[in-house]
Amino acid sequence: MRDMSYQAVMSRRNDIMKASVGLDYDLYESGSMAFDYESLMTASSHTLDEVMSIQSGFGVGNTPLIELKHITDLARACSKPGKGARIFVKDEACNPSGSFKARRAALSVAMAKKLGYKGVVTATSGNYGAAVASCAAKAGLRCVVLQECFDSKGVGQPEIIEKARKCEAFGAEVMQLSVGPELFYVFLKILEETSWFNASLYTPYAILGIETLGAEIAKQFREKEGRDPDMVIATNAGGGNLTGTARGLKKLGCKVPVIASSVNLQGLHMASDSQFNQKSFTTGHTGFGIPFTSWPDRSDVPRSAARPLRYMDDYYILSQGEVFFITEALAQLEGMERGPAGNTSLAAAFSLSQDMDRDRCIIVQETEYTGAGKHHNAQLSFAASRGIDIRFGNPREEVPGRDIILPQTPENIKAQPQNMNRLRSSLIRNALKQHPGRPSQEDIRFLCQETNADETFVRQAIKEEQ
Amino acid sequence: MPKNGDWVRIHSIILKPNERAPQVPKDTALVPLEMRVKGELLQDAQIGDTVRVRTAAGREITGKLQEGGLDYTHSFGDFIPQLHQIAPMLRRKLQEDHNA
Repeated sequence: MRDMSYQAVMSRRNDIMKASVGLDYDLYESGSMAFDYESLMTASSHTLDEVMSIQSGFGVGNTPLIELKHITDLARACSKPGKGARIFVKDEACNPSGSFKARRAALSVAMAKKLGYKGVVTATSGNYGAAVASCAAKAGLRCVVLQECFDSKGVGQPEIIEKARKCEAFGAEVMQLSVGPELFYVFLKILEETSWFNASLYTPYAILGIETLGAEIAKQFREKEGRDPDMVIATNAGGGNLTGTARGLKKLGCKVPVIASSVNLQGLHMASDSQFNQKSFTTGHTGFGIPFTSWPDRSDVPRSAARPLRYMDDYYILSQGEVFFITEALAQLEGMERGPAGNTSLAAAFSLSQDMDRDRCIIVQETEYTGAGKHHNAQLSFAASRGIDIRFGNPREEVPGRDIILPQTPENIKAQPQNMNRLRSSLIRNALKQHPGRPSQEDIRFLCQETNADETFVRQAIKEEQ
Repeated sequence: MPKNGDWVRIHSIILKPNERAPQVPKDTALVPLEMRVKGELLQDAQIGDTVRVRTAAGREITGKLQEGGLDYTHSFGDFIPQLHQIAPMLRRKLQEDHNA
């Protein structure tokens, strides 16, 4: 009988992965730090039009681009004369499963079907589970969604419980686990037992699926305004959203800066049982955003297709209170009730708009559905029940897990810029840790691409590490 | 007493505290990794019995039959007074700007 212990299953991870994604990652490896990212991304030979056509078959994509005139007015009311860029939002909540994740899922599920898999498995506590379940239902495939959901007292995060309900509504099996990184071990066991497809968030299919989001932004904005936007802001967690959007924009020749934004959860350990339910955001936060930006290959595939630092022009952090506040503003001023995590980029846009001229335009590239459990009222209520203090004040004083500080006035919403060179150095440090020894010329070129930095910067960073 | 064919939830311990991954934080290392899943009960049983269920994905899984827990009880939460102060604040701000 096969050894199913933690150590034994983890040691078989590469073989399990290879069998479950229909991709041989070894073909793209150089043997050292570098790998051929672009060849991996084009392995499935899908054109942008083909991806759009597949998504259209699932009813995914073609979401509206809406100008938020009152949010813009509010930003102008908070800024110096002549400032306050126009803010637009891509209303991705209109996808069948309620988020942009439907784009990633559509292509993954289509590939699973094409390659002859009987079912799909995905490990996610987020909107992606519902997206995979929705597409699997339409494709006639079985679906298992594995969630990290509850703490050792059996208390589930309300947002994750709602996502479980949605997955179940689409006919998926939802396996819920308590807190811990060994979820990956259970995930591998299910893949091995079922021989089903790994609908990972990080395969090339999942990222190709988001390229259509970037392409639609370029196309729709050009139709509306006859030019390209001045800034696109993406909420950043695992990096796929930003990577795919930026690649899609590039494919349409749209040279707009792409900005990342995350909710600050600094100080809360993501694998801590006692801190699990002290956070009010389950995605779009720094607990994923920072580690995945500075080392993308920590995912459930050998090489992640989500490599955000290649495409990120700047990175801003918002507090939980700031994002809840802007979520309420979106409902009250624009009549759009949407899930809080997706509005992280809206909070960033509201702040950055105030430093830009009025004729400039910012695109917030997603929204997500809201509902019981994942509404900002539900999250604030859950936080209060956990002893977290909710009050008005200065958002900069918010300590995640201790309090949620709603801005005293809208002017208090101030996106905090991150040091990009520190993130770049951190990626290089992680690469050197994984691949000790002297990097080759090819590795240096790879690190320049990975960090979107020049050779002088990369060589200096390597020198500082050695 | 749950009957064969009822839709139920089961629970099991996947890793005992001493079997947990080396990198987990101290508080997590003290507790087991637990699992719960719903499915169709494949036998008559009592709460706490070890049973088999067939899940929505058609997989058969073994675990301890858990009491109830199949209702969706998550909600929009209790009244949060602070949330109701935001809209008037925003309208005031827009009005001031309009009057300026």
